[in-house]
Amino acid sequence: MKFRTRAIHVGNQKDPETGAVVPPVHFASTFVQPGAGEWGNFDYSRSGNPTRQNVEQTLASLEGGAGALAFTSGMAATHCATMLLKEGDHLLAGTDIYGGTYRLLQHVIRSSGVDVSLADSTQLEMLEQAFKPNTRLVWIETPGNPLMSITDIAACAELAHRHGALLAVDNTFATPALTRPLEAGADLVMHSATKYLGGHSDLLAGVLVAGSQKLHEQLYFLQNACGAVLSPLESFLLSRGLKTLELRVHEQCKTAQQLAQWLNRDARVKRVLYPGLPEHPGHALAKNQMQGGFGAMLTFEIAGDLAKTKQVAEATQLFQLAVSLGAVESLIEQPATMSHASYDPSDRAAHGITDSLIRLSVGLEDLEDLRADLDQALNA
Amino acid sequence: MNRDSLIDARPDDSANSTLAVHAGEARQKLADSITDPIVCASTFTFDNTQSVIDYIEQKQPREEYGRYGNPGEKIVEEKLASLEGGEEAILFASGMAAIVGLFMSKLNAGDEVVFFDECYHRSREFCSKHLARFGVVTRQVPACDYDAMEAAITPNTRLLVSESPTNPHLSIVDLERFAAIGKRHKVETLIDATLATPYNVRPLTYGVDYVLHSVTKYLAGHNDLLAGVIVGSHEQLDSIRNLRGIMGAVNSAHNIYLLQRGLKTFALRMERHNQNGQAVAEFLAAHPRVEKVYYPGLPSHRDHTIANNTMRGFGGLVTFLVKQADWKETARIVDAVTVPRIAPSLGGVESLIEQPLVMSYYECTPQERRQFGIPDNMIRLSCGIENSDDLIQDLTQAFNA
Ligand SMILES: Cc1ncc(COP(=O)(O)O)c(C=O)c1O
Ligand SMILES: Cc1ncc(COP(=O)(O)O)c(C=O)c1O
Repeated sequence: MKFRTRAIHVGNQKDPETGAVVPPVHFASTFVQPGAGEWGNFDYSRSGNPTRQNVEQTLASLEGGAGALAFTSGMAATHCATMLLKEGDHLLAGTDIYGGTYRLLQHVIRSSGVDVSLADSTQLEMLEQAFKPNTRLVWIETPGNPLMSITDIAACAELAHRHGALLAVDNTFATPALTRPLEAGADLVMHSATKYLGGHSDLLAGVLVAGSQKLHEQLYFLQNACGAVLSPLESFLLSRGLKTLELRVHEQCKTAQQLAQWLNRDARVKRVLYPGLPEHPGHALAKNQMQGGFGAMLTFEIAGDLAKTKQVAEATQLFQLAVSLGAVESLIEQPATMSHASYDPSDRAAHGITDSLIRLSVGLEDLEDLRADLDQALNA
Repeated sequence: MNRDSLIDARPDDSANSTLAVHAGEARQKLADSITDPIVCASTFTFDNTQSVIDYIEQKQPREEYGRYGNPGEKIVEEKLASLEGGEEAILFASGMAAIVGLFMSKLNAGDEVVFFDECYHRSREFCSKHLARFGVVTRQVPACDYDAMEAAITPNTRLLVSESPTNPHLSIVDLERFAAIGKRHKVETLIDATLATPYNVRPLTYGVDYVLHSVTKYLAGHNDLLAGVIVGSHEQLDSIRNLRGIMGAVNSAHNIYLLQRGLKTFALRMERHNQNGQAVAEFLAAHPRVEKVYYPGLPSHRDHTIANNTMRGFGGLVTFLVKQADWKETARIVDAVTVPRIAPSLGGVESLIEQPLVMSYYECTPQERRQFGIPDNMIRLSCGIENSDDLIQDLTQAFNA
């Protein structure tokens, strides 16, 4: 079955008891067992819940993985993945990553004795030089946040494996509708399902999809031990969102491409960072690695200082000023003061996150409405 | 989002997905949340006695008791009114509750209703069995026979009713002509546009008085809730809202939230349902095992011209007859498909399939089924938003099985 058909049907088998075309939501925290010391399919909801299991099946199918795990947030998923490491291991991450991931790595993981370093994952030689004998996990994000840099997943997988490390890809921006990292050789895919997968700005969720059964089992053990499992209601809403994932993402990409081209021609804009533009350094790679669109996130730099940038970000009528992304509503934000405020200022400067950057999450609204809104805001 | 400003800007474009996402919603919501809260309140509090008196005397817009309204319901009603291009919408617990609410509030003993005979069988049943008990006379005339409809009007006629497209034959009503008959005789007109949705046609723009939907279908779109709506003018809807508060067939706050969420992708989903419906109809029309396809997007359909002139697309419902098949051979094909599930209803993301003889008309005598135009070899397929190749492949294997 094709992607879109699987998004609707895999994990959503009809309920055998009632025939309900949408599986029931199981709120039970515990499950009655057949006998003392005998276990049924489900015992306790942290260890397994039918509603969560349904959406995990859908997610594993969409990413082409051996198994998926649903968490209470993207950060909970990332945290679980980093717990594969122990004191003395080294984690190597890209530089263009979500601010919260940066914070987790620099200020939490590091203090438990894991060695963390960052390197530009779009420059493979630089990345290779950053490997150490104890590198166990490589963490990349593509498209990167907020610069929309494109990292070559297959090349990174090859590098990581050569150095005896696993490759994990934060696939939040691309979604499996566009990119399936496991097919390119990655070992683990992570999502902030809060974004496109949920798609409606109304839930927090995170996902890990493992390429191998063995890795899936390790992660399952950690998730069950630590307990950040997705609730039944959120699992249901996530599953409902996945049914329109491909439609939403393709439509949002189309609109983003048009907006990027328009902004790129505009004198009020200094530069546009969008992988769908031929002049974007990652364009050729993205064309290969992303099927059906270049994502619906785009960043641009205006000709103006921090104050002017803030003014523009606050002047839109349709784009709403908020962090997060990937939903039906279009959002606007200023990375320097919002999504990437948790970066150390020196790292922010070093990684090209300037004060005059504006990041857009393009939603499902009509292209003309969005363009008119940006046009008036740029004049503000 | 101020819906009036968007409506004015785009008078003909309910396909505008901006409306689906934002219409009816305040720009700044409670707690600055990006989505509207679910207000699970059975009742709403007043500061003091004076504020109760002020509310009752001035009828200031605010909530009073859950059966009369809920903040989430108001938002969804605004969104639906906006999509239909109507002044006001009233949400009900189901499509049938909306139909019953409208009939009960508009009709008195001695009044008459004329309706086109192709319709959802429960609507027909309500008219013939229940309205009759209250002394309301209903007259059925053949679908799209405008002369017959006009001839059936008497001085007591209060309402002309039709679906468009009709269920399951997908006949398309000439809305302009239908509305004009009503106006000429000073009789109100109602179109159940469940199968069309405002994405494909907006009957109010043709002068129809009321549009009704089983929101359960395309508008909610995920096969996971029941709802109904009536859209029309403030003046004409006032008595219906009043009766709804007494009847009590209102939606729950949770249900309303799921509906609001579903409406966000309405334009996208409809575009896909239209594409899938057209592709599957064309496939079936060319298939040697198929005797006839009822789909307004096919040139062979009786109402193709009017459909083409008035509709953006024709939805996901496709009805067809299997060539030289009795009911069992037809059932065998229904049983052999693997992607669509066997179930009543339509309009959700999951494709559904049914044989009307078995599903909705099983209790009817063969003579009644002939009268309603339901042959034994009829299959009704509601195309979801799956990949159309998957649906076509599945039908191919089911015919060959
Ligand atoms: C790329 C990326 N990864 C991870 C996260 C963290 O996910 P969450 O907010 O669901 O914890 C976010 C967003 O906040 C993100 O944008
Ligand atoms: C055309 C039409 N109108 C009305 C209804 C009744 O709506 P509901 O099932 O939401 O009560 C249905 C379906 O059941 C329908 O198909």
